[in-house]
Amino acid sequence: MKQQVNRLQPFFENVSFDRDDNHMVVNFGPQHPSAHGQLRLILELEGEEVIKATPDVGYLHRGMEKMGENMMYNEFLPTTDRMDYIASTSNNHSFALAVEKLINVEAPRRAKIIRVMLLEINRIISHLFWIATHALDVGAMTIFLYAFREREFVMDLMEDYCGARLTHSAIRIGGVPQDLPEGFIESMDKFIKQFPIDIKDYEDLLDKNRIWKMRLEDVGVIDQEMAQSWGVSGPALRATGFQWDLRKESPYEVYDEIDFDVPFTDSCDSFGRYKLYMNEMRQSIKIMAQCIPLYEASEAGVMAHAPEYISASKEEIMTQNYALMQHFVLVTQGMRPPVGEVYSATESPKGELGFYINSQGDPYPYRLKVRAPSFWHTGLLQDLLPGHQLADVVTIIGNLNIVFGEIDR
Amino acid sequence: MAQHKVNYAAEGGLPVVLTTVDKLVQWGRSNSVWALTYGLACCAIEMMAAGASRYDFDRFGTIFRASPRQADIMVVAGTLTKKHAEFIRRLYDQMAEPKWVISMGSCANTGGMFNTYATVQGVDRIIPVDIYLPGCAPRPETLQFALMMLQKQIRRESAFRALKPKRLV
Repeated sequence: MKQQVNRLQPFFENVSFDRDDNHMVVNFGPQHPSAHGQLRLILELEGEEVIKATPDVGYLHRGMEKMGENMMYNEFLPTTDRMDYIASTSNNHSFALAVEKLINVEAPRRAKIIRVMLLEINRIISHLFWIATHALDVGAMTIFLYAFREREFVMDLMEDYCGARLTHSAIRIGGVPQDLPEGFIESMDKFIKQFPIDIKDYEDLLDKNRIWKMRLEDVGVIDQEMAQSWGVSGPALRATGFQWDLRKESPYEVYDEIDFDVPFTDSCDSFGRYKLYMNEMRQSIKIMAQCIPLYEASEAGVMAHAPEYISASKEEIMTQNYALMQHFVLVTQGMRPPVGEVYSATESPKGELGFYINSQGDPYPYRLKVRAPSFWHTGLLQDLLPGHQLADVVTIIGNLNIVFGEIDR
Repeated sequence: MAQHKVNYAAEGGLPVVLTTVDKLVQWGRSNSVWALTYGLACCAIEMMAAGASRYDFDRFGTIFRASPRQADIMVVAGTLTKKHAEFIRRLYDQMAEPKWVISMGSCANTGGMFNTYATVQGVDRIIPVDIYLPGCAPRPETLQFALMMLQKQIRRESAFRALKPKRLV
C-alpha cells in the first residue's frame, strides 16, 4: 500500500506566477540583501505598484520555544541571546525579569543600575545598527561606515563588561554576573561626551539630504488605528503620536528614578521614525549619564540572595561547604520555581518584548512563549505595503527594524 | 663591439620576476575574492562588522556582492534551517566556478546549539565547505583569518587543472 504523503503544503505554493491579468508576482527573498535576514515577501505588482503583499516567515525558525521547554532556566538564558541578536542583553534581561517575577526574587540595587546601563548601551548598539543598515539599503553608504565606527566603540564597552561582542549573556537570573570592571565608568563617560557629536554628524548628513527625504517622507505611513490593530509597539508606535513606553508605563529596574523623556511624533511616516530613533539615542545617553552617580552611591553586591533558586557568589562557593552543595544542586538539577504563570514585558529597542512562562514546579518551564515585537511588525507589512512602489518596499522593511532571530525564533 | 658590463648583483638583481602562469592567476584570484552576502542569522552582523569601518574587508580585496553570479565565495553566516536549505543549494549552484565556501559559526558548522527539528545540522550536508570557522558568533578578526586561510588555499590550487569535485559530508 502506498504510504500517504502527509506533508503540509505551504500556502504560497498555490501562487501562480503565469497570469493573464497584467499583474506580476515577484518573489522577494528569502535571501535578499535588504530583507534584513530571511524574509520572503510575495508581492503582486501592477506596473511598479504593489497591490498585494504576503510576508512569509519561518526561514530562521530554530525551535527556540521548544528548546526552552527542555532546558533549565539558567541553561536557556544564553539561547535568548540569539533571538534579537542585535541587542542581546535586552533579551537576557526580559527573560531574567520574567523568571525573577516567577520565583519572586528581586535583584540587588547595584545589579539593577548595571542592568539599566547595559540595556541602554544595547539600545544604542541596536539603533546604530538600524540607522547603518537602513541608510545602506536606501543608498547612503557613508552613514553605514560612520555608524559602524561608533558602534564598535559601544561594542568595546560591552566587551569590557562581559567579554562578548554580540552574544552577551550579560545578565543572570537574580542579578548580573559581575560588578563593573575597572575603567568602565571612565570609558563610558568619554563615550557619553563624544556620542551626541556623532549623532549630529548623522543628522547633518541625512536631515536635509534630498534623496533621503524623498525616499522616507510619506513612505510607510502607519496611522494610529493600524498600529493598534496590528499590535505595533516601540518606535513605530510612538511615531503615530502615541506616547507609550514601557519604561515609563510599568517601570522596571531603576527607570522610575531616572529622568528621561519618551520622544514621540505624529508624523506617522518613515522620516518621523528616523528622527525618533535619533532622539531615542540621545535619551539613552541621558539615562546612562544619570546611572553613573546612582552606581557610585549604591552598595556592592550584584546577585540576589535566594539560596533556593540562585547560587551564592563564587567566593562563597569556594569557601563554604553549604554554598557549594547548593550550587551543585542548582547546576545539576536546576531551580524549581513555584507553580504558576507569569508574563513580563520590557521595552526592548524594537518594542514590547515579553516572556510568558508557565511553570508546573519542574526545573523546566511547561510552556515558554516569547512575544517578540518584530513578529507583529512583519505581519503589518501585508497592510502597509499595498499602494507603495516596489522601491519603497526596501525602505519600509528597513525602517520597521525587524530582526529575524526574534520573528522566527 | 660595445663592451659594457652590468653588475646585476650590485643593482639588486635582474629587473625581471619569474613565475608560473598558475601562480600569477591564483595570486590574482586570491586577492579579489568577492563574497556573496549570505547573512542568515547572528553571524551576519559580525560579517557586516568585518566589512565595515574598523575591520575593513576591502583591503583583502573582498567586496560583498548581492548576486551569486558575481561572487567567488559564499560566507554562510548563521543557522541554516530545513526550510531554507533548498535556497542555499540553488544559490550555490548559481555561483560561477571557481567557488569556495566559508562556513561561519557553530550553527553553520554543526548546527551548534540548535539541535532541533527545524535546523540543518551543518551546512556541509547541503553544500561542500572549504573552511570551517568556529565561534558563536566568531569575531570579525576570526573571519579575516579564515579568509586569509582561504587565500592561502587558493594560491596552492592549480588555475587550469580542473578541481577535484568537492564532496558533501
